[in-house]
Amino acid sequence: MNIQTKYFGEVVIEEKQMIQFPQAIPGFPNQTNFVLLELPNNPIFHVLQSVTDEAVAFIVTNPYHFYKDYAFDLDDSTLELLEIKSEHDILVYVIVSLKEPFTSSTINLQAPIIINQTANKAKQYITNDKVHDTRTPITPSHTKEEK
Amino acid sequence: MLVLTRKLQEAIKIGDDIEIQVVSIDGDQVKLGITAPKQIDIYRKEIYLDIQKENSEAAQVPTDLFDLLQKNSIND
Repeated sequence: MNIQTKYFGEVVIEEKQMIQFPQAIPGFPNQTNFVLLELPNNPIFHVLQSVTDEAVAFIVTNPYHFYKDYAFDLDDSTLELLEIKSEHDILVYVIVSLKEPFTSSTINLQAPIIINQTANKAKQYITNDKVHDTRTPITPSHTKEEK
Repeated sequence: MLVLTRKLQEAIKIGDDIEIQVVSIDGDQVKLGITAPKQIDIYRKEIYLDIQKENSEAAQVPTDLFDLLQKNSIND
């Protein structure tokens, strides 16, 4: 099927690429279907694009590229909601707040996007710990002490 | 907003499945115990609002700023 995207114009996607967010995303209560789009020549970042609304798209990245030791607990209700049966089902992405200059961009480690790649279901999971920052610097060398 | 006054250990029921209890009071901090079905997410409000705000900002990246991303791809 064809969808309109924020950064890439019209794009052809397959049904099986669609990721369902049963609980939508905080701030975007009507957005329940997304696809992950790749950036040409850029394996580090992807775009999480709404299937229904062209303007709703997030730049996302694998947090472990930047913070190897990033860790958090997933609660049972999330495991159930996303039908997660094994660790291998799980993909973790975080939303990037891109800024100028690029090095001042931040990533949201407080609320990662958890995707079950087998069931194609996902959720933005808000970690209830006080350890992670919603606006963590994308460049760890510029980080102030992690709280 | 419904405002109810509770003492220590007293509780509030919301519908059949949700309960909030005043577990302890320590100075200006009130510890609340919440029982709710697993499917209902519970957050500190300011964290939820913060995530909403950050998501909204992150979704507003204009196209020319996006191009900046392409240029920086190899450095990181």
